[in-house]
Amino acid sequence: MRTTSRPRRAAVAAVAVLAASTLLLTACSSSSDKGGSGDANAKITLNVGDFGTFGYVEAGLYDEYMAAHPNITIKYQTTQDGQKYWDALTTHLGSGSGLADIQAVEVGYIAQATNTLGDKFVDLGKTDGINASNWLPWKSKQATTPSGSMIGLGTDIGPMAICYRTDLFQQAGLPTDREQVGKLWAGDWAKFVETGQQYQKNAPAGTFFTDSASGLFNAVLSAQPEQYSDASGKLVYKTSAGVKKAWDLAVSASQAKISAGLRQFQDPWNAAVANAKFAAVVCPSWMTSSLSKYGGEAGKGKWDVAAAPVASNWGGAFLTVPKAGKHIKEAAALAAWLTAPEQQAKVFTKVGNLPSTVGGLQQPAVQGAKLEYFNNAPTGQIFAASATSIQPVPIGEQDGNVKTIITDNGILDIEEHGTDPAKAWDNVTKLVDDKTGH
Amino acid sequence: MATHVRAEAPPAARSSWRSRLYRFDLKASPYAFIAPFFLCFAAFGLFPLIWTGWLSLHYVDLLKPDVMEWRGFGNYTRLWSNDQFWTALRNTFTIGVISTVPQLLMALGLAHLLNYRMRARGFLRVAILAPYATSIAAATLVFVQLFNPDYGFINWMLDLVGLHPNWYSDTWPSQIAIATIVTWRWTGYNALIYLAAMQAVPKDLYEAASLDGANRWQQFTRITIPSIRPTIMFTIIVSTIGATQLFGEPMLFGGGVGVSGGSAHQFQTLSLYMYELGWPSRQLGRASAVAWTMLLILLLIGLVQFLITRYRKRHELGG
Repeated sequence: MRTTSRPRRAAVAAVAVLAASTLLLTACSSSSDKGGSGDANAKITLNVGDFGTFGYVEAGLYDEYMAAHPNITIKYQTTQDGQKYWDALTTHLGSGSGLADIQAVEVGYIAQATNTLGDKFVDLGKTDGINASNWLPWKSKQATTPSGSMIGLGTDIGPMAICYRTDLFQQAGLPTDREQVGKLWAGDWAKFVETGQQYQKNAPAGTFFTDSASGLFNAVLSAQPEQYSDASGKLVYKTSAGVKKAWDLAVSASQAKISAGLRQFQDPWNAAVANAKFAAVVCPSWMTSSLSKYGGEAGKGKWDVAAAPVASNWGGAFLTVPKAGKHIKEAAALAAWLTAPEQQAKVFTKVGNLPSTVGGLQQPAVQGAKLEYFNNAPTGQIFAASATSIQPVPIGEQDGNVKTIITDNGILDIEEHGTDPAKAWDNVTKLVDDKTGH
Repeated sequence: MATHVRAEAPPAARSSWRSRLYRFDLKASPYAFIAPFFLCFAAFGLFPLIWTGWLSLHYVDLLKPDVMEWRGFGNYTRLWSNDQFWTALRNTFTIGVISTVPQLLMALGLAHLLNYRMRARGFLRVAILAPYATSIAAATLVFVQLFNPDYGFINWMLDLVGLHPNWYSDTWPSQIAIATIVTWRWTGYNALIYLAAMQAVPKDLYEAASLDGANRWQQFTRITIPSIRPTIMFTIIVSTIGATQLFGEPMLFGGGVGVSGGSAHQFQTLSLYMYELGWPSRQLGRASAVAWTMLLILLLIGLVQFLITRYRKRHELGG
């Protein structure tokens, strides 16, 4: 009796201990250790969190900074998937824990950061040594909250040009020289569609002029002064002249059958690049790497880059300093250094991310850059010229959602199923009302 | 006498205390033993379930989950009048049927064959489980290539007979393609469950049947199927639950438009709809309402299956 009861009591005790320790574990996980460091020479560790390729490791910038600041150790964590990175970041910002000292934010989410999450970040505009006018005006404006604090320092930008295949252009009887090609559509996206119709008349069998009507929509819309939201952040896409213009042009491209109807960066799109199934694509500076990657050896020298009809931007990121970090001052200094013109130029020469500062764009390394894969096109000059003539536009919190619905459930639906454009637009407004409504 | 009583009394009290302790021990210990599971279940199962239910009655922004705005059953009534919800419900049902039915039938057949003596039986039994061990991502990646409308192997074959379905954008082809991935992954798993049940069927039943001149098909329908009926019921329930929660395959198969289940939501399931509402649209309350609706649908299906089983049992006993 006594012998059997002992293990049982032990089991009860074990359960009690287990339950208690679970409680302790959950209770202990929230720590609060904030505030700046008093001693300027104290040894500290700065954590940097980013996604995709920022190029800081590739350009050796962390090592350089640590050599100049012996008391600072930099640790970094990179996630490949930008969406997952943002989901985790918002969760951490919400709970105020698990944050790195510097967190990167993609331009697609910057409006959410400046509006809903604006009070979670340090106002870098008021930090010593940071001057908002160093950046292209539209870039620093994107990272400024409605109350006027600048929470992000621009890293790179994505001004657009048109990448085209000289071999396909030649076979279709179009000019191949990049100056002349640029003149075909200079100033107006409608001329781009007209060129497409010309191309399609004598096109090599099985090829299309461009990859997707959605890509065209993005390109046209990016250059419009009025997009999805007005200056107060309210959605105005239903009446926006910019959206209407971009939508109509994308629909006209789809109906003129100059688009291959692909969804960008998916397997079929990659395969179409490899098999030279389309002749021209609206391409931001960072897309050149996708084209050369999937185009492979067979495409080398057959691609070239011409100016886009109208200058506009697609993509880019920012560095932010969350208020919950331990070393806010040092983190801001590092972020400022990483986004300074000289460092941006170093990143550009290593991984091709185009500088977002005026000074960075003027660096000789950027201005003189050429891409061998693209028939030695002077990409630095082409993209930098485009970058300086981009106009600032208001970005709203729901822009990302609306854009996804218009391109994926509107234009792609027209391309895939031949849906009537009026019906597709009706569907878009219904979906947007449903997804963004309260 | 008095001394005797006094001497007797303490042991009696001690023994009654002891026996009470014994009885308490007997009754309480089993609860203590199973407590870890139920504590974990309460913390990680029951609490999220109830919390999700509470969320579903509010408007909640994913980025500000602590700010809740009372909405009553508004999130549910909104589902009722939402086309996309009904499309998702219909897709979940159709994909569920065209994946579950062939899957279970094939599993039955495979298990029956593997139940016979043959060469390399052990190897074959392990081999049919291989798809189940493959990750969804890896399997889907391969099938996406196979089903590619322009460069895929399947359309290359179908082109020979003059067919050219678009496995990504057309409703039925895309649903069939997704059902194929599900079937490929789960057939072997179900076959092994059936095989285990078949091994428990007495061998002399088959011997007697073959002496009576029953062929293998007759043995299958007259002996195997009736003997493993409870197992079949079990796999149907498990597969139904799996089909209702289908998420990974359509999500990955759709690539960039996976979350919205294709440009016209042609293969969006309820789970995907829930994810789309909760994450990209940041509406946690409405996503929770979808989650609870899915739970209610599953309970409803479970109830129907239970009633059918009970009716059949009673019917068989009566007849």
